[in-house]
Order: sequence, then structure tokens, then C-alpha cells
Amino acid sequence: MWDYLKLIGLGLVAVLAAIAANYAHDLAYQVNALTVMLAAGIAFLWVLRSAGDPRPNLQHEYFDSVIRAGAIATAFWGAVGFLVGVVIASQLAFPQLNFEWAQGYLNFGRLRPLHTSAVIFAFGGNALIMSSFYIVQRTSAARLFGGSLGWFVFWGWQLVIVLAATGYVLGATQGKEYAEPVWYVDILITVVWVAFLIVFMGTLFKRKEPHIYVANWFLLSMILTVAMLHLVNNAAIPVSIFGSAQVQLYAGVQDAMVQWWYGHNAVGFFLTAGFLGMMYYFVPKQAERPVYSYKLSIIHFWALIFLYIWAGPHHLHYTALPDWASTLGMVFSVILWMPSWGGMINGLMTLSGAWDKLRTDPIIRMMVVSIGFYGMSTFEGPMMSIKAVNSLSHYTDWTIGHVHSGALGWNGMITFGVLYYLVPRLWNRERLYSLSLVSWHFWLATIGIVLYASSMWVTGIMEGLMWREVDANGFLVNAFADTVKAKFPMYVVRALGGGLFLIGALVMCYNLWMTVRAQPQRATQHSAVPAE
Amino acid sequence: MGILDKHKVIETNATLLMILSLLVVTIGGIVQIVPLFYLENTIEKVEGVRPYTPLELAGRDIYIREGCYGCHSQMIRPMRDEVERYGHYSLAAESMYDRPFQWGSKRTGPDLARVGGRYSDEWHQDHFYDAKSVVPESVMPPYGFLAGNVIDGRYIQDVVATNRMAGVPYTDEMVESALADFKAQVDPLGDFDGLEERYGEAAFGTPVNVRNFDGRPELTEMDALIAYMQVLGTMVDFSTYTPVANR
Repeated sequence: MWDYLKLIGLGLVAVLAAIAANYAHDLAYQVNALTVMLAAGIAFLWVLRSAGDPRPNLQHEYFDSVIRAGAIATAFWGAVGFLVGVVIASQLAFPQLNFEWAQGYLNFGRLRPLHTSAVIFAFGGNALIMSSFYIVQRTSAARLFGGSLGWFVFWGWQLVIVLAATGYVLGATQGKEYAEPVWYVDILITVVWVAFLIVFMGTLFKRKEPHIYVANWFLLSMILTVAMLHLVNNAAIPVSIFGSAQVQLYAGVQDAMVQWWYGHNAVGFFLTAGFLGMMYYFVPKQAERPVYSYKLSIIHFWALIFLYIWAGPHHLHYTALPDWASTLGMVFSVILWMPSWGGMINGLMTLSGAWDKLRTDPIIRMMVVSIGFYGMSTFEGPMMSIKAVNSLSHYTDWTIGHVHSGALGWNGMITFGVLYYLVPRLWNRERLYSLSLVSWHFWLATIGIVLYASSMWVTGIMEGLMWREVDANGFLVNAFADTVKAKFPMYVVRALGGGLFLIGALVMCYNLWMTVRAQPQRATQHSAVPAE
Repeated sequence: MGILDKHKVIETNATLLMILSLLVVTIGGIVQIVPLFYLENTIEKVEGVRPYTPLELAGRDIYIREGCYGCHSQMIRPMRDEVERYGHYSLAAESMYDRPFQWGSKRTGPDLARVGGRYSDEWHQDHFYDAKSVVPESVMPPYGFLAGNVIDGRYIQDVVATNRMAGVPYTDEMVESALADFKAQVDPLGDFDGLEERYGEAAFGTPVNVRNFDGRPELTEMDALIAYMQVLGTMVDFSTYTPVANR
């Protein structure tokens, strides 16, 4: 019965998408509609072929197949996102790389949202979905709730990524940073995200452990808050149901406030709370030590989620946003430093008594460096949110450097650590293919980040100072174009740093691939019993 | 640490954990966002700001489509150097019909909030074809392909109508004559009285720019984008503006 309903639903989606493609007002919409049609068609065939197959009762096993897929997707989208990043960094250094023959499709302006969405939502999103599915099962000692709903979350998210990415290149965008997907992709995101919440909460409800482990608090607050942010920030009226264009419900100053409330908390919850959840599970596991302080985790959890949401207006200092709002944003951003470092301390001190592992275990080294970068960027952030500092740093490359020391250093490194931890376990392999390749990855990535961040500090502070420089008579010393020219060498260094980071990720992909391919199976079926 | 011991209640009850964390994360947003919709001094009372003409609106959509906001801000801060370089600092009123806002967050290129009228149409054409031809240091991508994309304004009325539905004060007449106004703005030899009457000097204090913006016979995306560029920051009559201290 359930299979029939699924078949009817998928068939309906495929037909409607075909109709939509036929009436499409623009190319991006048409391509997206055809993609949906194809996806629904494939899913239809899949359900049809497996209809009536006997369903083994797997309730005594963890649902790990979807996590394996998630690990592959994380590594894949990571490589894609970093590659696009290197491309656009090179375009800024060498604008000839905005090829004339590409008719604008591959210009910086269209590739930039592709890069940000690929790394945040494709790489980061898959890392979060994968690890929350892993963590919530292990810490609840229960199989993932909702049967194949986990697969729906996984494939739905991949579809979101593909639709958004092709849309950007073909010109479908909402025009809000980090919320570029157009209205119908936003609807799909909502559906997938609600399914994610149901799977996660359902698993918590059927947990066998009385206590909900701290990692799950962070993951749950991430899922809830991202849902809230997404729904409010993307409120828009479609111009037509057959086109990708829409008109935002808010305008001007209100829209700016809503956007940065969203934008900063995409950082605060997607890239911080969620990844802290990963830290709280995988760092103690890899270090084989308990979390440093339970009480600290309570305090810093509630403080972090309460304070983060206020920080948005620091993106709008000295703009037409009323002063009271931006001052509130600054004050809370500075206070936010404390709970952020609470998390850092709790993560780092988990290694007390196991610091020697830094010498022997490159995975722990990766995790520790990521927590270090987390601490560094959560100090830099509050500092940049102070109005006086922001008056210099705003609009400059300093912001870009800050974002990347957080994204590459914290999110990237912790995800790499998690992948190195998970892949041998998920595929039941004795060990990683090569620890020395992990070390190579570690150094390539670290040097890459250092080159990236320091070159952006230099250009950021330099251009900030050059813009405001006046001579003795009070005239501006530099034309805008002078600052562009002065930044060239540092733009090359930045692209180089990004390139090293990309190579490191490719080394990881090779290492993980060989782990699955060439390493011997572990003797016992490790994942058979849900208790850990 | 008695109070922390009570945390057991929350961490053994998933529903409670969910409700409490949702409550905690909503507070900041409510305090910061909601007042902006009703505090009267959020948007300054100035004269001259009008909804975009259909052609400018189409240009703005191209600006958004090409991701220009990734490198160009439209928000001049009230610092000495910015006011010197770009002009009067931006008012909230100037973007009150921008859905979404385009203040931007990064200046890889210069601010565009007051670029309107600063350069000629011909300069913009050259600049879009090959930015280096007019600014040798520029790293801007080429946008010559826009001049090859002929547009007919097929859906422009829907766009204007949707903007009105969202709250932009377009009149019935503006919506009905959207397509005619769209075409009239690039034809200085034609009849643009209606367009001027609806959006121009009589109604808002500044005449509408009616020109063949891209210098080509066809109506192209380049026309629309330059029309949008040329109106940016030119609407406000600053003689009607008095800064308020408590804002």
C-alpha cells in the first residue's frame, strides 16, 4: 500500500515537473524542472523495482548505509566546493579567467554563490546530516527513526544542491547572500529539513539512554534554528509558478536586518552549533577521554544559542540600519566571545591526559587544530564587530579572511577529522589506508589556511587604510582602482593557499577511497548491536 | 551549583529540550527585527524616492542575476572618506523599495549607491564590454554579452504587479502600462509622456532618464542594466532631509 502511494506521488511529481518545464519562463527554471522530473523518474523506477521485496527486520542494527552515502557526498562536495573556490580566487587575481566565450555563465558573480553554497550547504550540510545521523543513533542506542525517511533526507538534500547550483550558473538567484536559492528550491529545502527534524527527534524519542547526550543538544538547536531562519528570511512572492523570479516580502532596511539575522546565524548555528555537536562526539571518541566539563557544556550551550541570534546587526555597522540595532548587535557579539571560548576550552581540555596523542595521531592533531582555529576566529569575530574596528574592516578582504579561517580551519578540519574517524568504521575496515597521507593532508591544509588568512589580513587592512587616507589638504590620496592594483600579489597568494587546501582534500579523497578498497575487513560485524 | 543539577530534567526530556531551545533562539530576533517594522524613525521622511520604472526594475533583476552584489555595495557609510569618494551617505529611504535590499557586504569594486549620473552611458557600455578599457586596474568580468540579449518585457507586468503585491506603491496605472513604459524608456524619439507623468518630475521631482542606453537599435539587457545604474542614488531631494539624532 505504502509503495503504491509512493509510486503515485513520484509519478505525479514527474508529470507536474514535465508540465512546468514546458511552460517555463526562463532557462534556469526549465533546467531545474527537467532535473526534478528526472529525479522523480529515477526514484519511481527504484520504488517500482523494489516493490514487494521482502523487508528484513533491521531494528537491531544501526542505519549506517545512509551515513556511508553521506560520507561520500561530504568528501565529493567538499572537493567541488574547494575547486570552485580556487577558480574564483584565481579570477580575482587574473580576471581573464572570466571567459568571454562563456557568455557570463562562468563569471565571478555567478560562481561565487556556487562556491559559498557548495562549501556551506553541500559540504557542511552533508557533514552535518551524516554526523548527526551517526551521533544520534550511537548516543541513543537506537536505530534511526522513520525507516527510509533518512534516505529521503539524503537524496532530497543532494537534489537541493544540484537545483541550486545549476540555477546560479543559469541565472536563478534570490540575490541574498547565503540564501540565494530561489523560491521553489526554498520550498524543497523546507520539506527536506522538516524530514530531517522528524528523523532526529524520532530517534531521540525512542532512545534507550535516559540522558540526551550534549552533542544532540547542539544538533537539535541547529536543526530548529536553521528552520526558523530559513522560513523567515526566504519569505517571498513568486512572480509566476512557472518562473524562478520572486519578490521579497521585506524591503530595504528591514530586509537587511532579516538577512543578516539569517546570515550570521547560518554561521552561528549551521557552521558553529552543528559542528560543535560533531566536536562533542568525535573528539572524545578519538581521544578516548570523556568531555572535559559537563557543567561548562550546559552553561556554554544555553549561552551560545541565546547570544548568537543577536549578533546579526554587526554586519550593518554605520549603515542606514538604526543605531540602536547595530549597537545591540555589537554588544552581544562581544559577549558571545565567552560562550564560544567555553566550547573551545571544553573541546581542547578533553585531551587532558591524552596530549601525547598529538604526536602519534594525525587525526587528533587535525581536530585540535580545528578547535584552535575555532577559538581564533571566535576571538577575531567579536573584535571585528566592535564599531571602531568594523569601520576599517567592513567591505574589505579582512572579512573574507575571517570567514575562511573559520570555515577552512574550523569546519573543514573538524570534518576531515570526522571523515577519517568514520570511514574505517562505516566500511568495517581495520584502519585507514595511510596515516602519513593524513599528515600530508594536515600540513597542506594548515599551510593553505595560513597563506589564505594572512594574505587577506594584509589586503584587508591595507585597502581599509588606503580608502581612508587623506593628504594634508584633506583630499583622498588613493583612487579606488589604486587599491585594486595594490592587492594583486596577495590575491595570488590567496589563490595559492586555497590551492594547497584543495590538494589536501584530494589527498584525503584518495586516502579514504583506498581505505575502503584496499584495507582488510574487520573480523567481527561491529555495527550489529546498537549500544555504545 | 544547585541550578545546574536541575538540568537533568531538560536533558532527559526531548520535547522540553526542543521547546526551550526554540524559545531561547527566538528572543534576539524578535527584539531586533520587529521594532523596525513599526518604529517611525526607521525610515527617514524624504521626498523624491519613487518605485523603479519597469526598465530599471528589469535592470535591477539583471544586476541581481549576475551577482553584482558580491563585489559592489550600495551603502555609503557616514565617514569622511566615503562621503568624499561616493557622495552623501545612504539613507534607509533610498532602498525602501528594494526587494531584496542590495546594500552588499564587500567592495571588491567601488560602492554603487550613487553611481547614477556619474558616468555617461557610453562609459558604462565600454566598461561593461571591457572594464579595463576605461579602468586599467579593474578585475571586473566582461559583460558584453548583455548587449546581445534582446528582451521584450514579456513578463514585466507580472514583475511590477508582484512588487505591488509585496508592498511597493505602484498604482493601477503603473501596472497596466508596465510594458508600454518599459519600451518607452529607451525611445527618446517616441511618446514617453505617460512614463514621465507616472514616474517623473511632476510626481517625484526628477525627470525619468529616457535614452537609448546601450546605443543599439534593439532593446537589450544592457539597456536595462544601464538604466538601473543611471538612476541609483539620484532620487532623493536632500534639501528635504534633516538628520535625526535619535535614530
